[in-house]
Amino acid sequence: MSRLSDLIAAGTRPVVTAEFPSIDGGGLPAVERAADELRPYVDAVNATDNPAAHAHASNTSIAIGMAQFGLEPIMQVVCRDKNRLAMQADIIGASLFGVENVACLTGDDVTAGDEPEARRVFDLDSTQLVKVASGLAEGHYLSGRAIKQPPALFVGAVENPFAPPLDYRVLRALKKSEAGARFLQLQIGYYPERLEAFVRGCVDAGVTRTTALIPTVVLTKSAKALSFMDESVPGISIPADVIARVAGAGDKDAIAEESYRLTLELSRHALSLTGVSGIHLTDFRHDGSLERLVRDLGIGPAFDPVATASGATSG
Amino acid sequence: MAKLLPLLEHAVKKPVWDCRMCGQCVLHSTGMTCPMTCPKTLRNGPCGGVREDGHCEVKPEMRCVWVKAEERSHALPHHWEEEFHDLRPPVDNRLQGTSSWTNLLTGRDRRTPAGWQGVARERHSAVPGASMVEVDEPATLPEGFHA
Ligand code: SF4
Repeated sequence: MSRLSDLIAAGTRPVVTAEFPSIDGGGLPAVERAADELRPYVDAVNATDNPAAHAHASNTSIAIGMAQFGLEPIMQVVCRDKNRLAMQADIIGASLFGVENVACLTGDDVTAGDEPEARRVFDLDSTQLVKVASGLAEGHYLSGRAIKQPPALFVGAVENPFAPPLDYRVLRALKKSEAGARFLQLQIGYYPERLEAFVRGCVDAGVTRTTALIPTVVLTKSAKALSFMDESVPGISIPADVIARVAGAGDKDAIAEESYRLTLELSRHALSLTGVSGIHLTDFRHDGSLERLVRDLGIGPAFDPVATASGATSG
Repeated sequence: MAKLLPLLEHAVKKPVWDCRMCGQCVLHSTGMTCPMTCPKTLRNGPCGGVREDGHCEVKPEMRCVWVKAEERSHALPHHWEEEFHDLRPPVDNRLQGTSSWTNLLTGRDRRTPAGWQGVARERHSAVPGASMVEVDEPATLPEGFHA
């Protein structure tokens, strides 16, 4: 199975995942450049699937491209744009090229994007997709039709510990884990106490016995970016005092620094929780802060004693 | 009668639950809140986009269907409350517009593809869709009903 699944199973260090930038033009060199930038610092990277309901180079093409450039892909599949046939075909198709990690998402609504006129599909929901994808790895399509030599998929999903109904989120994580999710990447959130309650709930409910929890932090450099997420990104809410803290830090540089501090604190807190297997990084800064963050946290391939000793990484 | 049932069912369920006639009713296990009124038609719980005030990502004026469902599930008889957590299978789109009452009686609403139970069929079936044994033709809404 995938390197990511091996790392998680070994549990010797937190895994680091990140988000691949959206690619539109520029050909494969554009993919290669982005892969080169991320490779030293992360274990695996999400190939997004029309994020925020905006069309870009597809999840499958980017996942395959990443694999070819030696960066381990996590292929996101959202339920918004394709029916069950197309989603199964994409997963099976990408697996031919070595794509083994699959993250199943509901997907932001089409109204969140720049083509709100589009038809919504949602033929499956994300939990159903987790089960269908797990079935592919077991050797059959949803119909029951057998797949000879099925791909060794590592299937996961996402969950939002920060959105109502809060108490129910643990049960939803449990449902996804019982459907076959072996990892859950968590939504960006600015309520550490909600994350803590969620992770504790997952440990108590037995979710973490089979399923790795990977909270997400985001690198931003302005209070405006926080306000934007708070107002415009579905499922993200940011307390006013957090935005005020960043906004009141001083000039532009001071604000950028305070934003970084905030992300570092949230990361440290997330990684300190029993039951957390790693961290997912979203980078809206693109100014080297991602490297700074993994260094400050001392995590990722560059800080892997085993991998470094065996020369498995150039870190 | 078979022709009248879907009409009657829709007449009863539409005003109360805003029934969409998916033909495979799960109301009792979803807190008597119809998941097909969720703009994403999710059948296994809320998406990650629920707003801080519990309202819907897509329709800010509406409370999230699943926030309501979760609340109401606790007020239901115990075995229904338990069923709230069931993994509900993908919708059979062929049943759209048919009577879930009929489909409940015939068991048609509980039939799922072989792969949903984790069964791999060894060979291709000659007949498309033959892995799902048809019990009954679903009773279809009269033409023009949705006009
Ligand atoms: S917020 Fe609730 S009702 Fe709206 S799309 Fe998401 S799950 Fe459905």
